[in-house]
Amino acid sequence: MTVPTLAVFKLASCDGCQLTLLDCEDELLTLAGKVRIAHFLEASSAVTPGPYDLALVEGSVTTPADAERVREIRAQSRHLVTIGACATAGGIQALRNFADVEEFTRAVYARPDYIDTLATSTPVSDHVDVDFELRGCPIDRTQLLEVITAYLAGRKPDIPDHSVCFACKRRGTVCVTVAHGTPCLGPVTHAGCGAICPAYGRGCYGCFGPSGSPNLRALIPLLHRDGMDDRAVERLLRTFNAAAFDKVGKEVRS
Amino acid sequence: MTNSTTTAVLDRDGLSALVQALAAQGRTVVGPTVRDGAVVLAEIASADDLPFGWGTEVEAGRYRLVPRDDGAVFAHTAGPQSWKTYLHPQRERLWSAERAADGHLSVTEDGSEQPSYAFLGVRPCDLRAIAIQDRVLAGGRYPDRGYRERRTGAFLIAAECTEPGATCFCVSMGGGPAADSGFDLALTEVLDRAGHRFLVRTGSEAGEEVLSGLPRHPADAHTRNAARTAVDAARDRMGRAMPPVDLRALMGESLEADRWDDVAARCLTCGNCTMVCPTCFCTTTEEVTDLTGDHAERWQHWDSCFDVDFSHLHGGPVRASARSRYRQWLTHKLSTWYEQFGSSGCVGCGRCVTWCPVGIDITEEAAALHDELTDRLRREKQKETER
Repeated sequence: MTVPTLAVFKLASCDGCQLTLLDCEDELLTLAGKVRIAHFLEASSAVTPGPYDLALVEGSVTTPADAERVREIRAQSRHLVTIGACATAGGIQALRNFADVEEFTRAVYARPDYIDTLATSTPVSDHVDVDFELRGCPIDRTQLLEVITAYLAGRKPDIPDHSVCFACKRRGTVCVTVAHGTPCLGPVTHAGCGAICPAYGRGCYGCFGPSGSPNLRALIPLLHRDGMDDRAVERLLRTFNAAAFDKVGKEVRS
Repeated sequence: MTNSTTTAVLDRDGLSALVQALAAQGRTVVGPTVRDGAVVLAEIASADDLPFGWGTEVEAGRYRLVPRDDGAVFAHTAGPQSWKTYLHPQRERLWSAERAADGHLSVTEDGSEQPSYAFLGVRPCDLRAIAIQDRVLAGGRYPDRGYRERRTGAFLIAAECTEPGATCFCVSMGGGPAADSGFDLALTEVLDRAGHRFLVRTGSEAGEEVLSGLPRHPADAHTRNAARTAVDAARDRMGRAMPPVDLRALMGESLEADRWDDVAARCLTCGNCTMVCPTCFCTTTEEVTDLTGDHAERWQHWDSCFDVDFSHLHGGPVRASARSRYRQWLTHKLSTWYEQFGSSGCVGCGRCVTWCPVGIDITEEAAALHDELTDRLRREKQKETER
């Protein structure tokens, strides 16, 4: 039996999600025995040409070159998994979707004419078929290992679609909204982080994106009650998963 | 109450001695304690960890800890956890499997020794909830071994209810603030000019044995009366009430009610109600493999009917809409639970009302369904008469 090859690719992103793979320190040696790391520039400059068995793709599509490249990656990959909020929902950079990107380039760059960018930041799934999307900004180490382990075992990864509230209750965290009046996106946010923020008394800020059945219309009045005005609510929803929460919001409004 | 019941009075030192005596038996003592702005359940090292001087103010979707001048220790209402946190833990390994180098597979059932618990401050509503979970998890043809062992070994000290909260409705669910059975010891807190003390009653031989080793006073008539008066008064101070109708029939007649759409619009489907419910028991199992593929484990963990994946069959979830999931929860809790387990699944503790972020109130929903049904039947009757 040949060892499957693993490739890690990056589009528009901060590298934090692929760093999560390097952060699997206790498991890295075992992993290196189970897959052949064929393309992982953050870890090694040694690159083997494709095709690849398992590709992890970080980052969103923000340039015409990205759009072309993600199609090449798909063509080279038997099983393609997107990792993180950028690759899965467009990331922070999807804020451009609600603004004039020309205006941004004029404000930021001395020579905006050098910039070749798209008007939007979009998830990989807008461009090619994706086999699995792993959420988070950044992704959770344990969930990444689960996705890779499941792939190696030929089974479906066990990544629940429910809200962060499940995780708070399971770990015994006191609800920050009910007991403290703290605005929290937990009830509409996809679990996976282990409910870290509420465990430290902070509200969830939705870095894993919308859960499997978010009801924003029911949650927004609570955010208002707990001291957020419309602008603050918009900022909260338009951070790490701007485009994803916006899409949910539009579905709610329609 | 049995004839063999022994009654005595413990003062605060007596309560401290009780915690020490249970710990000396090798028990893990769990009781209410203050953490992160709430009275939570946790392992306690001494009676000093108990929430002396803390009360709670609750409403639908709201919980606040408030200091009390009287130093009362059992004057708080239900927090975000219940005793199922310990008896039916959120995650438990069922078995593990190893594949040897020669391919031989060996499966080992998880047989780790269960802790011997002592639960201090179990409310009467929670005693009933434990009895319900006993029927669900320890009864029937396929009892949950881990649950049964933890439950059999547990020592229960009830704390009768003298300060019901605004979301409490146990009386309307057939319960009440008094502890009648199902405990080893039952405490009733009394605070008056004669001091801060606890009327204690025994409910089992194990309770008799523990009490006999504690520094205690005889149960005087004044303390008995004060305890009885406080519990009786609590009965009349429930913040809420379930509508006094046949809930089983109501749910059965309401499957197509419009009210489900109304509640679905407000429901976050976040699952908090089921997680805090002391009788909700649903679990799922997950198989965990490691990277080598030679080691696998099966874990059982809490699940909820509000999880879309809970009803996932081939092709997708059976209960995709919030309407269908809320309906499933309420009809099971108040109606089909009878067919399955011979009682209602609701004890009226009020946790689902308090800890729902948007404050959906089970008593209000039941009342609205009742109104809708009454209205419908009235209109149908009218139509018939017109014919």
